[in-house]
Amino acid sequence: MAGSTLASPTASAPRAAPDRARHVSPGLEAWRRFRRHRLAVASVVVIGLMIFAVLFGPILWPVAINEIDFTARLQGPSWSHPLGTDDLGQDILARMLYGGRISLAVGLAAMVVAVVVGTIIGAIAGISRGSVDAALMWLTDLFLALPQLPLLLVIIYLFRDALKELAGPEVGVFVLIVAVIGGFRWMPVARLVRAQFFSLREKEFVEAARALGASTSRQVVRHILPNSLGPVIVAGTIDVAAAIIAESTLSFLGLGFPPDIPTWGRVLYDAKDYLDFAPHWALFPGGAIFLAVLTINFIGDGLRDALDPRKVM
Amino acid sequence: MSDPLLRVKDLVRYFSIKGGIFSREVDRVHAVDGVSFEIAAGETLGLVGESGCGKSTTGRCILRLIEPTAGEIWFAGRNVTALGGEALRALARDMQIIFQDPYASLNPRMTVGAIIGEALIIHKLAKTPREFEERIVSLLETVGLSADHMRRYPHEFSGGQRQRIGIARALAVSPKLIVCDEPVSALDVSIQAQVINLLEDLQEQFNLTYLFIAHDLSVVEHISNRVAVMYLGRIVEIASAHDLYTRPLHPYTEALLSAVPIPDPEVKRQRIMLQGDVPSPIRPPTGCRFHTRCPIRELPLCSTESPPLKQGADGHWVACHLRG
Repeated sequence: MAGSTLASPTASAPRAAPDRARHVSPGLEAWRRFRRHRLAVASVVVIGLMIFAVLFGPILWPVAINEIDFTARLQGPSWSHPLGTDDLGQDILARMLYGGRISLAVGLAAMVVAVVVGTIIGAIAGISRGSVDAALMWLTDLFLALPQLPLLLVIIYLFRDALKELAGPEVGVFVLIVAVIGGFRWMPVARLVRAQFFSLREKEFVEAARALGASTSRQVVRHILPNSLGPVIVAGTIDVAAAIIAESTLSFLGLGFPPDIPTWGRVLYDAKDYLDFAPHWALFPGGAIFLAVLTINFIGDGLRDALDPRKVM
Repeated sequence: MSDPLLRVKDLVRYFSIKGGIFSREVDRVHAVDGVSFEIAAGETLGLVGESGCGKSTTGRCILRLIEPTAGEIWFAGRNVTALGGEALRALARDMQIIFQDPYASLNPRMTVGAIIGEALIIHKLAKTPREFEERIVSLLETVGLSADHMRRYPHEFSGGQRQRIGIARALAVSPKLIVCDEPVSALDVSIQAQVINLLEDLQEQFNLTYLFIAHDLSVVEHISNRVAVMYLGRIVEIASAHDLYTRPLHPYTEALLSAVPIPDPEVKRQRIMLQGDVPSPIRPPTGCRFHTRCPIRELPLCSTESPPLKQGADGHWVACHLRG
């Protein structure tokens, strides 16, 4: 009997050496899988360039966003104005570089709000079952059932001025818009996290932790939450895209940032009356929104494949 | 048996089936319905029965991973069913469990060292980081793995190696009793023997007591001192392994044993084919639960009166009106 227990280590010994080369953490393993997803890698490059452009673009293209030049109204792309000009002769490239900061920042910040709120609510619902779970899910359903756009408009209309006074026009509106967009996008994350908790809670490794005497908080923090975050990260990237669109929608409707801050949605809004004479004016901000949303969705796709351990690549 | 390490008395576990608008209990599954047995220190009790008969539920109730509906569990003079809070968590140091599926029972995002070391952290069993590491290495070596495995992740191991990691995790708290919930049924036959032998060596080395749940009768015969046979939430027969396999009394045990293949084509044996399926545990049959499929039943006695588990010669217990 003792002989056969020894048999295993000796049997696995020759395999140990090549095994060591493959010794990788799940994070590295995920990165290896992600790299195989060409579209996602290309998307990372594109979105990286966009972020670089909006961060450092105003230094490389030092044209004021509000420099009015009536001699150069509604011009198409040229060397002096690579993306053309608007009806006041303002340089569209400069305006988009400046506005892109806000559009992308709103997208990322709203995603963080949505993911954090959704994860907390989903985790509490998923671990507590019973009446707490039921109440939180009613709340989630309630938020899902609300007509979002009209409500967004009402909330922004009601609170914009108060916050503007408190924190200044840009910061105040930024906080308000991020809170409002994030506050209306946490529900899918909450449901996702709750569903993950329900399935993971019954897994044998969680049961093993319980058998070892692990407290509920330890089970959640060490075992359930880390294993439920894969789909949440993916949902988060899609939320970034949705938040950029939501901000554009608000700006397009004239209720986002003040009119003199040219976010991509706002530029699009200003361009809509001139579509016939100056299509470039709408095309460039529209294209930027499209490209940002598309690349972020591709990255989400790649992440989903990379983080799913069942997927063999 | 003077003072058993574990005594289970009239253990009952129902699972409610809820339905209707107000989630009222409309029915209940009688998963475990009045199970009693004892295990002496250092002994291995095999628990066999077909799928869904309540074996695993019994094992999990003993560790309080599933709350028993009724009944008592006494472990080393303590009433486990009455424990709560800290005392219940401290119980984990005495009782551990090894799971069936070595792929589902290890957290994929923790290193092997962290998985095995978790119990040491929870129960503060290592004072210094050095001691912590040494303890993990010695546990790994005990189960036939090596020290450099501790920084790897579960997906880098084979099924048999994973099961060894699960065993090392259970051993980390130096338990007295280990519930083995079908520990080898997910493994290849060649690996099964290695794991069984490892379990036997560990039993000798650490004076462990096992409750060995399985549906493979030959594995159970090999490792167990005594064997209990379960059918639809009840124990129908308990006897020493040798006794049960050579002289089964209950007709269900007879039928089970007749289904074990004999590795000799010359030997012919009469297969006892049971009629019908296992009845639903939602509405178990009245009287003897086996009477619907029993080849030797005598009606109306068997369908009206539930046979108690009676002790026969040499600690051979059987629950049958007609035998024993």
